[in-house]
Order: sequence, then structure tokens, then C-alpha cells
Amino acid sequence: MIKIEKRNDVSPSIYFLTPILAIFLTLFGGGIIFYVLGFNPIIALKFFFITPISDLYGFSELLVKATPLCLIAIGLSFCFKSNNWNIGAEGQLIFGGIVGGGVALLFYGHDGFYVLPIIILSGAIGGMIFAMIPAVLKTYFNTNEILVSLMLVYVAKLLLDYLVVGPWSNPEGFNFPETRQFSESARMPILFDGLRIHAGIFITLMTVFLSWLILYKTYLGFQIKVSGLSLKTAKYAGYKGETMIIIVFMISGACAGLAGVGEITGPIGQLHRNISPDYGFTAIIVAFLGRLNPVGIIFASLIVALTYLGAETAQIFLQVPKYTGQVFQGMILFFLLGSDYLLFFKIKFLGLKKNEL
Amino acid sequence: MYKYFLRYIISVLFLLGLSVQANADFKVGFVYVGPTGDHGWTYQHDEGRKAVEAAGIKTTYVESVPEGADAERVIRQLAQSGHDLIFTTSFGYMDPTNKVAKDFPNVKFEHATGYKREHSNVSTYSARFYEGRTLLGHMAGKMTKTNVIGYIASFPIPEVIRGINAMTLAAQKVNPDIKTKIVWVFTWYDPGKESEAAQALIDQGADIIMQHTDSTAPVQVAEKAGVWSFGQASDMQRFAPKSILTSIIDDWAPYYVERSIAARDGTWKQQDTWHGLKEGMVAMAPYNSAMGSDLVKEVEQLQKDLASGKTHSFTGPIYDQKGNILVAEGSVADDGMLAGMNVYVKGVEGDIPQ
Repeated sequence: MIKIEKRNDVSPSIYFLTPILAIFLTLFGGGIIFYVLGFNPIIALKFFFITPISDLYGFSELLVKATPLCLIAIGLSFCFKSNNWNIGAEGQLIFGGIVGGGVALLFYGHDGFYVLPIIILSGAIGGMIFAMIPAVLKTYFNTNEILVSLMLVYVAKLLLDYLVVGPWSNPEGFNFPETRQFSESARMPILFDGLRIHAGIFITLMTVFLSWLILYKTYLGFQIKVSGLSLKTAKYAGYKGETMIIIVFMISGACAGLAGVGEITGPIGQLHRNISPDYGFTAIIVAFLGRLNPVGIIFASLIVALTYLGAETAQIFLQVPKYTGQVFQGMILFFLLGSDYLLFFKIKFLGLKKNEL
Repeated sequence: MYKYFLRYIISVLFLLGLSVQANADFKVGFVYVGPTGDHGWTYQHDEGRKAVEAAGIKTTYVESVPEGADAERVIRQLAQSGHDLIFTTSFGYMDPTNKVAKDFPNVKFEHATGYKREHSNVSTYSARFYEGRTLLGHMAGKMTKTNVIGYIASFPIPEVIRGINAMTLAAQKVNPDIKTKIVWVFTWYDPGKESEAAQALIDQGADIIMQHTDSTAPVQVAEKAGVWSFGQASDMQRFAPKSILTSIIDDWAPYYVERSIAARDGTWKQQDTWHGLKEGMVAMAPYNSAMGSDLVKEVEQLQKDLASGKTHSFTGPIYDQKGNILVAEGSVADDGMLAGMNVYVKGVEGDIPQ
């Protein structure tokens, strides 16, 4: 007989240490996979986790990749903390990109310091509006936000497809599915010559700080946390659950929209069909790996971003299949959830008792 | 403790040294948009890479590189890690390729299907797939009973429209009653969407299915429905042995070998390549004997004529859908017109999505 019991006392330090344990287990598991594939595990892991960031360019690329992940995950942490399962950050990112990109095209050829802030703001509002759809449907019609937000991802993708193929396609682009390159005034300023790291990182850092402020220093943050722990308690305390659902979705959508607009005005510079390699979904892993904590999310986004870069370098230097990157992401989540389970529950092995047979 | 630490440092330095030393050889890098196992576009590029490898030149590839912000990093990493020639094999890599080329003047870049050569170390190359489409059209016109040809198209770019037109013109020549029905799927690779499109075309009476997308789904649907089909990019015969009449094969191998050797020997020069049946960049898979030996002979002759230049896929008179003349009688379309083609010829149904 195996009996599973809930643990009553979980030490907070262990709670924040398990993600690190999960990463080490992933490294170990990854080493075994490399070994089975016929590579020297130490060398493979070195190419995977050290080589990509061994120079300034590599490190800057890590930040470029981590910026949208961190931003989206921060937004998601508001939703997840309050038990709202927003799975559609990818759609909110794309819709934010569409709105921001539309404004950028509107200002095509305009110079002026005001252009970029307007684009960024409109992208955030776009993501916010798109995230409000599942929130409003949940509060007033009791729909399932997981399903609605997920399905809206495909709506956003198809809308982007339609726009870049049709009305917004580059008039000089031979009908290829992409818009014009935005004007210089609509691009994120590059921080260092020759690197792609852009001003979007400040937006991300500011968002991290603000979210920490909201979550830990305001009454709203307290409400969010209480309703996450127990909805009944929250209701008993008289918190307005409906308003809060809409607010957390708005925050989450705005963050995803910002990430989208950061990508198109940053490294991409135009709208096309592939503005996001599923950042919105990967950010879910980041949010949980970071324990829904703003500082934790910063580190988690760096680690997950590294799995992308690592997969590329490992393929370049060792011809390891590129999909090992996704295997690593999967393993991190698997080990994290596994150790969480053991953290909150204990498994008791009991001898078979006669009266149970 | 200190001793272990020192040992660790030394071993790391040693490993770093290994990776630096490996950079001394001449190396060619490839960037793929899909997985090497797609049995279509990327698969054929990888076959080309293997040919380069067989010629004694070291190669590296990175597969499934999204056409967004990641492409530039991958291309730059290849350039930085000692690759001397880099093939970027999808249209979406055009701007990143040119951007990286600017920073690495000593590395040569070859971009497939694009039109931007902003620096002297960037070449572009593509294949005259439309010549293969002419052969397909000839066979389709002869084989169809319903006179409806179903065409699964990806994006309304000149290359795809050129293929539709070349096929329709050739089919009309042998069968004036044919009509071309098109479904736009707006993807290069999506087995689900492609098979739905094939089914929709069959339901509309098409008994010939051809595709300008990369998965094997359409030929498999055709096989099940008992209609004829044509493979795309690689020989897809084994996925639909009864249904496939032939496949248009993209054979990049000779070009990749030639350019790699040129780059190694220092004779590489910037150029814009557009090769076809003549040079072998477009090749045809074996013809299905089910179409009869007479037709096979006809098509083989047409293939020879296209390769030798005796016949041109776009020979006048060619009319657009409204009946306006596009190419006058007795003349052929020039490459400029082909490169920017954005109207359907007469006999194609529907409008180009705008």
C-alpha cells in the first residue's frame, strides 16, 4: 500500500531552492541524453550552456531573447497568482504586435521622438484589450478562461496572416507576406553598437520593479494573493473578485503586448508571420520556474533563453539535433513539477494489512 | 580544494582551445527553415549539403530556424564560428543575411530565393521551377477526364503564380478546355491544411492534384481518392505510388558543390543564379508508366526541348484573365517579367489574394 499525504509544513527556503534543484537534475538528465546520443556529456553541456554566453555578443543575445520571456512571465504571474489561467499570452503578444505595428505603419516616414512611445503604448493597449476578452467572458458569462484565451491565440495568428498577406503587405515586396521595414523613428534605440540589445530591456526591468511594488506593497497585490490561496476567503473578506479578474488579465495582456511590440520594433523591424517563436507559451514555463516571483522570473527567463541559444550552438558545433533545446525546457518543467509534488506531499510506504485485502 | 579548482580551469581552457583549433578548416554552413526530415524543401537542401560533404568539405547545419528575430543570431554565429560560406535557404532570411554579411566581409553568403544583394559577399540563387510546371501541365492536360486541375498554392508571390501560369499554359496547349482551381493555404508546410485543401479540390471535381507546398499530405489524399497527383521538391513516389505521375525535384547538390569549391579556392564571385532543367537544378523524378509510353515519350521530348531552350514555358501569345495580351505572339517572356509576375493567365479561376 502506498499512501500519499499532504505535508503541513513546507519550509520557504526549500520552496525557492527546488527550481535550482530542478535545473541541476535537468543538467544531469541532459548529460545522460547526450551520452546516449553518443556525445561526450561534459563537452556537449559546455557547448549548450557555456559557449553561447562566453562572449559579449552571446551575452547580449541572451538578454535579447530573455527580454520578451521575462516580460510575458511577469504579466502571467499576476494571473497565475490569483488562480486565473491565462494560456493565451501568445495571442496577446501577437495582437499587441498587430496594433503596435499598425501604428508604426501609420507613422511610416514620420520623424519625431513621440513616434516610438505612441507605438509602444498602443501595443500595450492592444494586448490589454485582447486579454480582456477571456476575462470579461469569464466574469459575466462564466466561460472557461483557459479555453477562450487559448483559442484566441489562433484568432490573433490568422488576423496577422491576413494583414501581412493582404492590406498591410509591402507595396514593393513582390507580394511576400511581410510589411515594410518600419522607419528609424519607430525602432527601439540600440544600446551598444554592433549588438542587438535594445531599450526594451529597460521597459522589462521597469515592469519587474512595478510588479514587485504592486504584488508586495499594495492592497491590490494582497487581494490577488489571497484569492489565489483561497477564493472563499477572498469573498468572505469582501474583495470584488470580478474586478480583480479583469485587472490581472489587463496587466498580463499589457505585458504580452509590450513584449510583442518590443520584438517588432526591436530585432525584427517589421511585421511578418513569425514575429514570435511561441514566446507566449514558453513564458508559462518561465513563470512557474521563477515561482511567480518577479526576481525569480528574471533568473528563470535567462535560463530558458539559454536553452534556445544552447540548442543552436550545440547544433553548430556538435550537430546535436536542435530539438534537444525543447527537451531541456520540458525536462526543467518536469523536474520542477516533480519536486513540487514531493515538496507538498509525502509518500508513505505501508505494509499490506490483512483487513485491506 | 584549490588543486581541484586549478584542474577544472585547465580542463576548461583545454576544451576552449579545442574549439578554437577546429575553426582553422574551410567550413560551409547551412541554415534551414524546416526540419531535415520534411521530405520536401529542407530535405532537398540537406541532400545538397551531403553532396558538399562528400566532396571533402566540412559542413554544418542548423535546422528549424524561425524566420523571425532568431535567424540573424544563427547566421551570425555560423559566421563567427569560422564558417567561410553560408547558405541561407529560405526567403525570410533575406534581411538578416544581408545584415550579417555587412559585418563579415570575408565570409561569403548565399541566399536562396531572395532578391537583395546589398554587399559584394552576398549572392542569390533560385531554380526555374516553372519549367517543371510546364511538364506537369502537359501531363495534366492529357490525363484529366474532368478537365479540372486542382492546385494547392502557398503564398501569392511571383514564384508561385509563375508556376500556376506555366502549368495552365502547358495544359491548355494540349487540352483547351481545362480549368485551374486554386486553394491558397498560406503556409509552406502544414500537412493538415494541405490535405484539407486537396480534399476540397477533389470534391470540386479535380482529378489532378498538384501542390506548391512541401508536405506529402496532398499526394497521400490523392492516392486515397484515386486521382492523379504530382510530388513537390523531392521524389514523393513512395508516399503515393499509384497516384504520383512524377515529382519536380529541386537538386541543389551540383550548385552547392560548385560554389563551395569556388569559395574554398578563392574563385567565388557575387552572382544571381537562376538555373533550370538545363543545369539540372530542376530535375524530374521517373515518370509513372501508368500514363502510357506515348505520353512518357512526349514529355521526355518536351523536357529536352525546355532544357535546350528550343521551347520556352512562356511563349506568346499569352493573355491574362481579362483577355489582355501579356506576351505577344512569337516572343517569349523575359526574366524581368517572370521575376515580378503578379497576374493569372487566362484559364485560371479566381483572383490572386491581395
